[in-house]
Amino acid sequence: MNEIKEAFWLSHQIVQMEIHAPDIADKRKAGQFVVLMTDERGERIPLTIVDSDVKKGTITIIFQVVGKTTTCLADMKKGDCLFSVLGPLGKPTEIENFGNVVCVGGGVGIGVIYPIARALKDAGNEVTSIIGARTKDILILESEMRAASNRLLVATDDGSYGFHGFVSQVLQSLIDEGERIDRVFAIGPVPMMRVICTVTRPFDIKTIVSLNPIMVDATGMCGACRVAVGGETKLACVDGPEFDGHQVDFDLLTDRLRMYYFQEKEAVESYRCRCNGK
Amino acid sequence: MNHTGADAMENKKKREIKSRQIMPEQDPLVRRSNFEEVPLGFTEEQAIIEASRCLHCKKPLCVSGCPVDVDIPGFIKLISEEKYMDAARAIKETNSLPAVCGRVCPQEAQCEKYCILGKKQDPVAIGRLERFAADYERNAGDIKIPEISENTGKKVAVVGAGPAGLTIAGDLVKKGHKVTIFEGLHKAGGVLIYGIPEFRLPKAIVDAEVEYLVRLGVEIRTNVVIGRGKTVDDLFEEGFNAVFLGVGAGAPVFMDIPGENLGGIYSANEYLTRSNLMKAYRFPEYDTPIALGKEVAVLGGGNVAMDSVRTALRLGANNAYIVYRRTEAEMPARGEEIHHAKEEGVKFKYLTAPIEYIGDDKGWVRQMRCIQMELGEPDDSGRRRPVPVPGSEFIIDVDMVVVAIGTMANPVVPATTPGLDTNRWGYIATRDETGETSRKGVYAGGDIVTGSATVILAMGAAKKAAKAIDEYLKR
Ligand SMILES: Cc1cc2nc3c(=O)[nH]c(=O)nc-3n(C[C@H](O)[C@H](O)[C@H](O)COP(=O)(O)OP(=O)(O)OC[C@H]3O[C@@H](n4cnc5c(N)ncnc54)[C@H](O)[C@@H]3O)c2cc1C
Ligand SMILES: Cc1cc2nc3c(=O)[nH]c(=O)nc-3n(C[C@H](O)[C@H](O)[C@H](O)COP(=O)(O)OP(=O)(O)OC[C@H]3O[C@@H](n4cnc5c(N)ncnc54)[C@H](O)[C@@H]3O)c2cc1C
Ligand code: SF4
Ligand code: FES
Repeated sequence: MNEIKEAFWLSHQIVQMEIHAPDIADKRKAGQFVVLMTDERGERIPLTIVDSDVKKGTITIIFQVVGKTTTCLADMKKGDCLFSVLGPLGKPTEIENFGNVVCVGGGVGIGVIYPIARALKDAGNEVTSIIGARTKDILILESEMRAASNRLLVATDDGSYGFHGFVSQVLQSLIDEGERIDRVFAIGPVPMMRVICTVTRPFDIKTIVSLNPIMVDATGMCGACRVAVGGETKLACVDGPEFDGHQVDFDLLTDRLRMYYFQEKEAVESYRCRCNGK
Repeated sequence: MNHTGADAMENKKKREIKSRQIMPEQDPLVRRSNFEEVPLGFTEEQAIIEASRCLHCKKPLCVSGCPVDVDIPGFIKLISEEKYMDAARAIKETNSLPAVCGRVCPQEAQCEKYCILGKKQDPVAIGRLERFAADYERNAGDIKIPEISENTGKKVAVVGAGPAGLTIAGDLVKKGHKVTIFEGLHKAGGVLIYGIPEFRLPKAIVDAEVEYLVRLGVEIRTNVVIGRGKTVDDLFEEGFNAVFLGVGAGAPVFMDIPGENLGGIYSANEYLTRSNLMKAYRFPEYDTPIALGKEVAVLGGGNVAMDSVRTALRLGANNAYIVYRRTEAEMPARGEEIHHAKEEGVKFKYLTAPIEYIGDDKGWVRQMRCIQMELGEPDDSGRRRPVPVPGSEFIIDVDMVVVAIGTMANPVVPATTPGLDTNRWGYIATRDETGETSRKGVYAGGDIVTGSATVILAMGAAKKAAKAIDEYLKR
């Protein structure tokens, strides 16, 4: 049984959870994810493994409440059990000593990039991290990211903390200042990853992004997660989730993420009713 | 003396043989909007009449057509004697999933094809009688636990809980070995759970079979994908003495034509998994959504295509088409499925192949550009090869498409098991019928060896591998 060992809010929309899953804790590597179900009638949703504790046999996830499943998950408490947790899935991040790397995380994507930044630093890279959020209150993992990086830069859209503007602007200024950057890792909302790729493309800086298409089985069986990379169709769950951002068709990803827009709304409403009925 | 079926026919010539019983079915107009099972099963009375048609041939040809050698005349005789529980047990001697096989086996190409009665009239309805006996036993709730041999101290890991994995687990646990099944999905059953729809195979039946294995002492660990995290080598390290790979042929195949990634275009695997495994047809009672196409095209002509198109009808399609590049004569689906689909109002567009999809500004599929085909020379499969007719392009309006043109081997296990040989299509190579692979102590069977085939062939392969593993463990 996958018991929730710890659960708390990092911001008013983002929850951190520790889940009992010893086999996964044992094997997981940076960049990999799990698929979980809250209950038997639930949907299978993918969430990145942010951290693990082999001794305690737990994994850590950080998620933003956006729809039915994440709302329901956020309602679960320490001591509750999840219906299922499958993992680790996906290819681990390719970690080497690249030299100077920049890790860009936006919103809940900071949680996803955190284990990658750590692994890159452990591998001897000089890690600069740029993290951003709409406003100061919802910026997560600042101290963790500081510890995982050689240098941390912060941006908020509204200027309430750090640089006033977007993470892409911070990256642009590093490039403009002539810093040598060997590789960029960018994880966050699709528009953010797209802009980061636009910034790095003219300078030919290899940019790795982590794609979040809708998934079902996440084992390469269904094709729900297909994305186009370099004109070829790939399955994000087994060929990814990380790809060369300069090759990714972000328009397709955006369209495919909207496939169930109306049903998702209906599901949240129906869940709220189910909960109120309790 | 050699008593063939024909002799028996001769001997019993005088006896009047009743005509084949017709199994009641849900009315097509009613069933096309529900997910309940279509054929309702024989009544007791019908089963007795149907059983009485059997000639009890001394050399029953039907048995030679059965991949697992069910004692067909034997169990039919028991039904005619109203010993239904005994009949079910007689089938289970060699076929551990009779309620499933009675429903989904292509009997018309197996046992019933060889039934001697079939020469002059309709063959005995062997599959329906099998279903009757198995359902009777299940409904009686008195499922006997067979004798289990003394614990041998050996451990076997079975990877995949489809028909192959479930069958071998049952056989080996009865021999006294400790068996653990590792299944990637959150529910055991393989295609029986995620692929074949409720209206053809109620999931309660599959659940009951899985439950039965658990009662026999099989441990089932769901949510474990071997090759991700745990590998085959890890299993040996954990103390398993042998491994059986029954992972199926689950990877989707697309046609690689322009527009194929538009919204509303599914692989059959995804469409059926959403509907069957995740129960999207009961959305929002269940959380997983599914597109509700009104103009639906399903590409392909096999059972998978029929299951998909009939699902689309039930989910409210106004027009549901089978788009197939050859003609009805070449369609691989069972005759019964094609017949059911037609009754329900599915439309068939033969000699048609899509060449491009056209979407709207939201990236959703709206049209499918097709080309007319004609049949040319026979290809490797002996079927006449479809060739495009130049200049024959036309458009079909669609808002959902299901691609059901086949599946291929999932590379996860072979890619993570050093020394495991595969053939050029990625299927696991076996030495012979025993399922022995190039890796010591590793056996394989079912779709991952043969490519997409049938439930009964997967079970047959598992039975042979069970014998071989048992011998291997005793060595
Ligand atoms: C490999 C991967 C790793 C991810 N890691 C994280 C993470 O660490 N933290 C986090 O907050 N989010 C992560 N996500 C996104 C997360 O899976 C979705 O936010 C979640 O599925 C939403 O479910 P819902 O029912 O709450 O919302 P819904 O109302 O169902 O959907 C809200 C949005 O989420 C997307 N979505 C819906 N269903 C799925 C699905 N089955 N798979 C993927 N996306 C879906 C939809 O495009 C929609 O825009 C990851 C996604 C992927 C593919
Ligand atoms: C829609 C559809 C309709 C069909 N209709 C019929 C029919 O009417 N009659 C008929 O005889 N046949 C039919 N078939 C074919 C039949 O279902 C298959 O031939 C049969 O299920 C093969 O059995 P299997 O045990 O080899 O594989 P599967 O049933 O595919 O089972 C394999 C199992 O292994 C699991 N798995 C895969 N990889 C791993 C891994 N790495 N680790 C752990 N678990 C893993 C999968 O999740 C799955 O549960 C149909 C198939 C489909 C898809
Ligand atoms: S089922 Fe047909 S072939 Fe088999 S024993 Fe009866 S009559 Fe003979
Ligand atoms: S989620 Fe099914 S293939 Fe990737």
